[in-house]
Amino acid sequence: MKRRVTGGSALDRGRAVRFHFDGREMTGCRGDTLASALLANNVRLMGRSFKYHRPRGVLTAGSEEPNALVELKRDGTFHPNIRATLQELHSGLEARVQNCWPSVRHDVMAVNDLFAPFLSAGFYYKTFMWPRAFWERLYEPVIRRAAGLGRLPRAHDESLHERAFAFCDLLVIGSGPTGLMVALTAGRAGADVILAEEDRQMGGRLLSQAGQIDGQGAEDWVQGVLAELTALPNVRLMPRTSIFGTYDGGVFGALERVGQHLAEPGLAPRECYWRITARRAILASGALERPIAHPGNDRPGVMLLSAVASYWHRWAVDPGRVVVFGNNDHALASAQVLADQGMQIAAYIDPREDVAGDTPFPFHSGGEVVATRGRHGLREVTIRVRGRESRIACDTLALSGGWNPTLALTCHHGARPVWDEAIAAFVPRPGMVPGLEAAGAARGRFSIAACLADGVEAAQAALAELGLKAPDMVLPEAEDSAYALRPLWQVKAKGRAWLDFANDVTTKDVTLAAQEGFASVEHMKRYTTQGMAPDQGKSSNMGALAVLADATGGSIPETGTTTFRPPFVPVSIGALGAGAKGAGFRPERRTTSDAQARAMGAPMIEAGLWYRPSYFPQAGDADWRTACNRETGFVRQTVGVCDVSTLGKIAVQGPDAGRFLDFVYTGTMSRLAVGRVRYGLMLREDGHVMDDGTCARLNEHDYLVTTTTAAAGEVMQHLEFVQQAFCRGWQLRLASVTENWAQMAVAGPLAGEVLGHVLGEVPDLPFMGYCPVQIGAVAGRLFRISFSGEKGYELAVPARFGADLFRHLVALAEGLGGGAYGMEALNVLRIEKGFITHAEIDGRVTAFDLGMQGMMSSKKDFIGRAASQRPGLTGPERMQLVGLRPSDPQAGIAAGASLFQPDAPATAAHVEGHVTSACYSPTLGTWLGLALVVNGRARHGARLRLEDGLRGQRCEVSLCDPVFFDPEGGRMRD
Amino acid sequence: MYLPCPCCGWRDMREFTCIGAADYCDRPEADAPPEAWDNYLHLRDNPAGPARDLWYHAPCGTWLEVARDTVTHAVTGSTAVEEAG
Repeated sequence: MKRRVTGGSALDRGRAVRFHFDGREMTGCRGDTLASALLANNVRLMGRSFKYHRPRGVLTAGSEEPNALVELKRDGTFHPNIRATLQELHSGLEARVQNCWPSVRHDVMAVNDLFAPFLSAGFYYKTFMWPRAFWERLYEPVIRRAAGLGRLPRAHDESLHERAFAFCDLLVIGSGPTGLMVALTAGRAGADVILAEEDRQMGGRLLSQAGQIDGQGAEDWVQGVLAELTALPNVRLMPRTSIFGTYDGGVFGALERVGQHLAEPGLAPRECYWRITARRAILASGALERPIAHPGNDRPGVMLLSAVASYWHRWAVDPGRVVVFGNNDHALASAQVLADQGMQIAAYIDPREDVAGDTPFPFHSGGEVVATRGRHGLREVTIRVRGRESRIACDTLALSGGWNPTLALTCHHGARPVWDEAIAAFVPRPGMVPGLEAAGAARGRFSIAACLADGVEAAQAALAELGLKAPDMVLPEAEDSAYALRPLWQVKAKGRAWLDFANDVTTKDVTLAAQEGFASVEHMKRYTTQGMAPDQGKSSNMGALAVLADATGGSIPETGTTTFRPPFVPVSIGALGAGAKGAGFRPERRTTSDAQARAMGAPMIEAGLWYRPSYFPQAGDADWRTACNRETGFVRQTVGVCDVSTLGKIAVQGPDAGRFLDFVYTGTMSRLAVGRVRYGLMLREDGHVMDDGTCARLNEHDYLVTTTTAAAGEVMQHLEFVQQAFCRGWQLRLASVTENWAQMAVAGPLAGEVLGHVLGEVPDLPFMGYCPVQIGAVAGRLFRISFSGEKGYELAVPARFGADLFRHLVALAEGLGGGAYGMEALNVLRIEKGFITHAEIDGRVTAFDLGMQGMMSSKKDFIGRAASQRPGLTGPERMQLVGLRPSDPQAGIAAGASLFQPDAPATAAHVEGHVTSACYSPTLGTWLGLALVVNGRARHGARLRLEDGLRGQRCEVSLCDPVFFDPEGGRMRD
Repeated sequence: MYLPCPCCGWRDMREFTCIGAADYCDRPEADAPPEAWDNYLHLRDNPAGPARDLWYHAPCGTWLEVARDTVTHAVTGSTAVEEAG
């Protein structure tokens, strides 16, 4: 490791770590980040820029890094845009540079840099205008291929992610001097504290400087505080955790890096997405140093001064000969400390005329850096001091343009920060996010002493709001130097000066945007793409708006900031969706017969959250329709058994139950006799059909409402609303009992025989009758209802007996030449009978459209009654339910096809209706469909043309009554 | 975001469904003129500031009116629909 000196507080020097960068094997230390290890190996070129493909090196030492974005090979795939500054080194790590071909040193696309004059802001809007048709076919695909940072892996992201929840009294964001003091104060007070830190190590900037706190080294002081915090049971330390967003109600989004830094993560997820709910939070995120826009400031070797100090102090990286270009007292003090520690400071350049220092290195006040040289890395800078230019050979240029408080999280609810002239930076206002306050450097208090004091004060205020007594705190002694600066947003000299390194935005681009009328900061941002890269302009937005202010003649506060939105750091979709992939996407509801159906080989189909058997295959079946036809035949000729437990079941009980049901159904249920069942229709208040189903009166004050499978939840919610909002004081209770009962349909001419075996004696139930039954010791319910048009029963037992009942019924049916039937057969049976489902009740349909206007009582008010009588909801212009038969019985038709007059063109304007359900009817030997057709009921016998552009179907059909089979209903009644 | 359920206390937003303005509780009389029904079904204010929303808390089945500020997102209280009005 060519550039490593002794020390390095983050390093375990005894543990060498081998890794690969761009195919080259290198060695780092345990404790290195990828960036620090590369610097130690004298690798400064870490990638190519977005637009001009210029060589780029690392700028920062933190998550705000705009340049050093690499591809990480891992988990059999790769992850793009990994920040080398955040990625911890582990043995076997493999990283590649991005945005270059064939190699980072010889990148073909670097030719773009020669065309830079043509690639200014908004160039593609201007250049690729003509001919118009070329945009979609040529320009856009080419630009898309050339653009974008990194590339996406083609494979699914199979890496593990996790999701977790945490709650606390006080969330402390950042563990620098401020955060540590907040956590210490609140921890001693007994508050439930979470201290979140983005870095692997707690301590913030105290890890990167040599100062003293309370007479001991800053790092020792940090270790002492951490030891106390670790020992407190009420304090949780969360390193490697970035808080990326603030949300309503004290909710914070956080991303923890759990396994990505481990060579052998085992079952550890790559990242964990946390939702942290905190009663109070303190933002102690510190401040970010800003670069200075001067010509050639994007060359590898140009870094922030604070980053140079971090790499030196924490990772023992020797930056070689360093020129420091700073405009503030902090930069000067830093340079002196670093020189004392042995760093070679070649020169210190400060644009301020009125500063001087007794420094061991050349000091140029009133100077600026006006150019840099070095093809793949910095070799030399040109400085201009009072009009005279000279060159200084160097390896590193350390920039310090002042500090910006890291305040983004305070702006996530829409509030804007305020301008603080004294530090030439935006600072948060109190109360921008309820329950969250900034403290320390995050609100512009920059000295260590100020941060320590502000941390204690902020903690005390939070504890008072939490109702906890703050402990007496003795403030540690620390550096309390003043911070003065003269803002220097851009060096005016020949050559391109970069603002946004990640998106290749220069000061000229921003000035051009202003000239071309994009003078508002939000327009400038979109025109130039300033701040729109993965780093979101953390180190460049401030500079860009200062340049914009200069170009428009306004002040910085007048120019204002762009909107701060979550996430503050990039968050992978994999982390946000943790646990919700595949089977985790949504819950699965399974019936009690599920295992049996699967054991019988039935493919399962989704019905809402439920899974139901599609059909039951047998050896020798040509296809699914063979099985479907067979099962339809069971019901029409012998007997079939089907699990119908998924239908919603709602118990409505109490003296006012009947009155309530009269109000929610179009029909009258209060006059239903005990032991009888009635078909009912529920409307939405806007007059359209919500759902249909049956209502059984089990006892005087005890009704059972059934709903369709799909609408069970919606109906329950609706009934609860109607009860609570409009039926106050009525004596009734509602309960969903869907999962309490397993219910099996037994249908077909031999249904009675099957039931006879189960019940001993079949009760003499009329059609639409109900009675309680005993199956051995089990109390069940028997309904004589039919969704197939055959004589049919539904037998319900408590759910725990469902599996046994299903098995038993299927065996009995098979003994009689029948068997189980699935959803496909169920669908055929109901279409043959013209029974509707939610394919017909599609939310736009009225009772009139379905031919059920007769079910709407005129003697009472009910939900939807008033609106259902509105003009336009009844009449010949409505699409009405009809049956369809193709002229050629074997012409297949499918749901979704459109219907036209025989000669009309197949365009939307000529659509007369559409097919809602279709099937092949083995009973009738023809294809059948249900359809909604304009004025359909009056047009039975009419011939229309069916067209299905998607499936390429086209045939002639005739309209008819929707009940195709046994229209008198004798088969199910007798 | 958290909402106060009159039955269960403060609960996570994901347990609730928002149906819209609480005006939906003010159902016109059955024989009210069409304008009243039109207003009830279709017309809603869009306040910037204090608002009353109708939410459904699925785990306990309670419908509630939530007092909320659409500008600050502050939730100031809630009443069970059954007890409101």
